Amino acid sequence: MSGVDQAAPGGTTTARGASPTAVPLAGATAPAGARGGREAYDSGRRWEFLYFAVRNKKLLLGLGVEIIFVLAAIIGPYFAPYPAKEFVAAAALHPSSQHLLGTTYFGQDVFSLLLDSLRESYLVGFLGAAFAGLIGLAIGFVAGWRGGWLDEVLQTLTYIVVMIPSLVLLIVIGAYLKSHSAFFEGVFIGVTTWPWVARAVRAQTFTLRQRDFVDLARLSGKRGPAIVLKDIAPNMASYILLAFILLFGSSMLIAVNYDFLGLGPTNGISLGDMLNLAELWSGLQLHMWWWFIPPGAVMTLMVAALLVANVGLDEVFNPKLRET
Amino acid sequence: MTRYFARKLGLYVLAFWAGVTIDWAIPRLMPGNPIAAYVDRFALNSQGPWTALYKLFDKAFGYNLPLWDQYWHYWDNLFHGNLGISLYAFPEKVTTMIAQAAPYTLALLVPAILLSYVLGNRIGAMAARRKVLDNTVLPLGYLFQAMPYAWLALAAAFYLAAVEHWFPVEGGYAAGLASGFTWAYISSLLYHWFLPFLTVFLVSFGGWSIGMRNLVIYELETDYARYLRALGARGRLVRRYAYRNAVLPQLSGLALQLGTVIGGNIVTEVVFNYPGLGHLIYTAATDQDYALLQGIFIFIIVGVLVANFVIDIVYIWVDPRTRLSMQGAAA
Repeated sequence: MSGVDQAAPGGTTTARGASPTAVPLAGATAPAGARGGREAYDSGRRWEFLYFAVRNKKLLLGLGVEIIFVLAAIIGPYFAPYPAKEFVAAAALHPSSQHLLGTTYFGQDVFSLLLDSLRESYLVGFLGAAFAGLIGLAIGFVAGWRGGWLDEVLQTLTYIVVMIPSLVLLIVIGAYLKSHSAFFEGVFIGVTTWPWVARAVRAQTFTLRQRDFVDLARLSGKRGPAIVLKDIAPNMASYILLAFILLFGSSMLIAVNYDFLGLGPTNGISLGDMLNLAELWSGLQLHMWWWFIPPGAVMTLMVAALLVANVGLDEVFNPKLRET
Repeated sequence: MTRYFARKLGLYVLAFWAGVTIDWAIPRLMPGNPIAAYVDRFALNSQGPWTALYKLFDKAFGYNLPLWDQYWHYWDNLFHGNLGISLYAFPEKVTTMIAQAAPYTLALLVPAILLSYVLGNRIGAMAARRKVLDNTVLPLGYLFQAMPYAWLALAAAFYLAAVEHWFPVEGGYAAGLASGFTWAYISSLLYHWFLPFLTVFLVSFGGWSIGMRNLVIYELETDYARYLRALGARGRLVRRYAYRNAVLPQLSGLALQLGTVIGGNIVTEVVFNYPGLGHLIYTAATDQDYALLQGIFIFIIVGVLVANFVIDIVYIWVDPRTRLSMQGAAA
């Protein structure tokens, strides 16, 4: 997926990217979780997942690369050779031993900037995924569990959100807002990318609620919300985890697009902001490739690692996909 | 048939209403006063003329009316095809500016969407059953999905245009060329069109092929496919059935993807300085040209809805079940 939409292109870009793949993924993952029923939460089952998890090369590779980048984001700035925002050298220097990735048009050290900008990219990606996941789960559960008119209303809402291109909306909003924070960007991404999660969760809730164990829970006098959270949700746990990973990747890619167009947090530094500055100050025409190629390559690696880990996790949860 | 379309049409009308209302509400909900910001641009140094000018513009834009009237006027204007006048390119009409930019965007988007969808589906379906293809298409597809749109476009513009000079770095056609039905002009258009098209195409292509591969693999494991094989049907026939079933979720995915693809297209147009709607809305935002911004927003929403309508019709055509259920309802 990913949809990478950038792109919420999951499909294409993540969002973009996310989406087309997310749909099949949902289809592939759902049966595995559902088949397990409540046993899926037995501890024996959990150990089985762990058994396959530590033996899955894709998962280990993806996770390993991702952990390196997360560590770089957290502790990297303390080890950066130069203060990221300060003008430490002559402008537009080629990469050298003093400046691993050269300097910008203004004389900032690109490598230090890169280390410093990882944090904001991860933060926005996490916020976007968290909000999209929460809204999508809430709406999907309510629509799938209650059904009826509420389902109709929520589906219509989902449809409308899908129809309104989020980037265009953000451009219009951005023209009126003088400044905003990374939190705003993350929330905006979450509020515009939840629909595909809601759809998949709704569909799965719909099938799960007709199962015997749900009837039993109902007969025992449990209330709706408790059944959804304690009986239905655990059966989708694997799907929810996979969806969160895809959302995380797609949110980071969407944020790159926003930042690139100058719609990101005011005075922020993120990978997208580096691309934006490089474009604005003719990095392209001046052939300063070290300014704009590394940030995008790093982002590609960050998201690709997530996608690879995601495929690996899918194999762990879904016995049908395991290579024996 | 009528019920199906009535329902769909109802959804479109609702989405259109929501889009227009959001468009109308944004300037009124946002902090700050757009009229004051506009008057500030004149850099008047005394309060008297400032107030006079403020009152004049407040009235001219109709911001002094009650909110309800403003809303009503907005719709009234919309239905008269009046999206207002650009502030930056005064006195150009917003509709004229959109009409000039839209062909460029459509020329990028329509071929990129159709071609990536068709080719992506074909190649993805092939990858589902050929190991060699699977081992190349899948990693490549994931790689393209992991790339930020903006960066792919920048990298392509840098390597293929700035370094190798195979393509122009920016613009929609060579500067100083008169538009017209001449070979020089049309070839220049195509020459400038190719690189932006390629980047939009590549990113979408990866998504479609991965989606199709997964779907076909899933379909080949279903009961009907097993049954066909048990009957001794040839592999080709089974795969054809699997393909026809797998294409349905892909088609609904296409409808969901439109907004994203349009977003990616905006980024691409900005990178290549391509004179389409994406570039226009970007400059409108930097120039704070509000009428133009809001006009393009509405135009894009209408475009998305029209495209969805087309996809709905195609869906009926590819999925016999929708067709049958509609005939059943009519009978």
